[in-house]
Amino acid sequence: MSLQVVTANRLEDGLVVFLTSDGSWSENINDARIADGKEAADALLAEASAPELDIVIVGPYLIDVEQQGADIVPTKYREVLRTKGPSVREDLGYQAV
Amino acid sequence: MYRYDDFDRQLVHERTEQFREQVKRRLAGDITEEQFRPLRLMNGVYLQLHAYMLRVAVPYGTLRADQLRQLGMIARVYDKGYGHFTTRQNIQYNWPKLDEIPDALLDLAKVEMHAIQTSGNCIRNTTTDQYAGAAADEIEDPRPYCELIRQWSTFHPEFTYLPRKFKIAVTGSPNDRAAVKVHDIGLRMHQNDAGETGFEVMVGGGLGRTPFVGKTIREFIGKNDLFSYLEAILRVYNRFGRRDNKYKARIKILVHEEGIDKIRELVEEEWAQIKDGSLRVDDAEIVHYIEQFAPPAFEALSDDDADFERHKSENRRFANWVRSNVIEHKQPGYAIANVSLKPIGGIPGDATDTQMELVADLSEKYSFGDVRVTHEQNLVLPHVKKADLFAVWSELDKANLGTANLGYVTDIISCPGLDYCALATARSIPLSQRISERFGDLDRQHDIGELKIKISGCINACGHHHVGHIGILGLDKRGKEFYQITLGGDASQDASIGKIAGAGFSEAEVVDAIESLVTKYIDIRESGERFIDTYRRVGMDPFKEVLYGDR
Repeated sequence: MSLQVVTANRLEDGLVVFLTSDGSWSENINDARIADGKEAADALLAEASAPELDIVIVGPYLIDVEQQGADIVPTKYREVLRTKGPSVREDLGYQAV
Repeated sequence: MYRYDDFDRQLVHERTEQFREQVKRRLAGDITEEQFRPLRLMNGVYLQLHAYMLRVAVPYGTLRADQLRQLGMIARVYDKGYGHFTTRQNIQYNWPKLDEIPDALLDLAKVEMHAIQTSGNCIRNTTTDQYAGAAADEIEDPRPYCELIRQWSTFHPEFTYLPRKFKIAVTGSPNDRAAVKVHDIGLRMHQNDAGETGFEVMVGGGLGRTPFVGKTIREFIGKNDLFSYLEAILRVYNRFGRRDNKYKARIKILVHEEGIDKIRELVEEEWAQIKDGSLRVDDAEIVHYIEQFAPPAFEALSDDDADFERHKSENRRFANWVRSNVIEHKQPGYAIANVSLKPIGGIPGDATDTQMELVADLSEKYSFGDVRVTHEQNLVLPHVKKADLFAVWSELDKANLGTANLGYVTDIISCPGLDYCALATARSIPLSQRISERFGDLDRQHDIGELKIKISGCINACGHHHVGHIGILGLDKRGKEFYQITLGGDASQDASIGKIAGAGFSEAEVVDAIESLVTKYIDIRESGERFIDTYRRVGMDPFKEVLYGDR
């Protein structure tokens, strides 16, 4: 089983966002819609790559995640950092809220 | 000082307004990201891991007080209260919003600054010695030539779409503080046998995934001929540089593949066609530029100041700061004061809005309103009276800017790494912080002496690890950060590329590994030897042994 979600950066401020179940974009990875398996992942990325979303987000791509209790956690450290903010400035980014 | 003329002013304002329209069209959906990306990059706007990043040019690392103050204001209004000074003598902001960037650029233009030549495959912002115009060891101030290069290269129609980016660095001193040998073109000022001042021209140096020390293409070029000669090199590169592979597109690859003799032949051939044309700069024009960088109105002072000496003997912390951070000035009674942006355990190169404003104020009060940015990510007050050094240090110290560590093991170059950068494969800042804390004791730093540690978070080598006495390269190994150590690199006039010591270390192991190297050096050094000198004498093996033993 491989779980994936789609992430991107929001056009107007560049902040990290995730594609949700209702097709909107959330700053919280726990709102993300999870694709289970390659076929679902391809469909998710295709939805995120629709031309009309070019004025909402930049550079959508799939990332591997794990379900840890109620939380969705990326498997790669790079993506963990994107869900939080710089590890050297815990007062900044999403982790600061 | 860098002087904007009406032409520059108009150019920058036009560019800012153009970009405002481009952003508007992008947000309205009139242009796609694919169309917009090259436009934003030409205005210094990158998209990083967490947000946009705006890189602002600091031409040859020289700032006026009002400019630095404005950089502080921009950090506060458009960012999160800080900026990051880079190895290109520029400043980066990590959190600007796209629709606010045109306003930020307009505020920069008000103090004659911009983000032009900070990205894209053009001739980038020229860098030089941070002590230009102040250093006791310089032949001549290199900045008039940097300014001429800036004017020649800005929006040069022929060189806007080079095969790849192109970096030029200039030193006016035999002691190279600008790392000119690891730039696409390095210029070293010197005098020929006839006593004329000109430049040795080196080409094909660079770091990144394929590091090279530059090779001399011409031992001497006179000042009048410098620009036609540079143009000839750029033409040869533009014509023959590879465009089929991004990773082989820098001039260093061309020089490496064709050989310096062949490149020299091509350049000389091209130069013969253009050397007597419009790019020949006559003496009167050079004098005009030299006058723009005329020394400030120094007072005639004795080089000895009793109060300065008294403060040193009474205040050990001040004496320590003078020992490492204060450098000899060409003018008696004056000194060059380095402002460390490397507090123990801090983030290399970061400065807050209020720190920038303080340094701006101090420069106005004590250094003729002149501030420099160094490629080692520190700031400099270049012209401070010795009598004022204690007052300057006291103010800096209160703002956590008085760290006495210039050139020591804790004065680390570090790229932003995976904490900010979309290209990075590992973090570099936390590692620099842990090394800084491990070696933070000042007596220990004094004992170790000059030791340049440079850390990059990926093979693009923005943290100059190839030319660190100890270099650290962060990589990703099956999803985990790990760090490769290189030894024997040097960015100075004795430039060399470091050699990989062996297998990489985990994040948990790497600081101990660095400490074992330092301990070994202290064990085996001979009197007066720096780490790099010992390494050059004994080679890799003794260091390899402490890192790996029988492994």
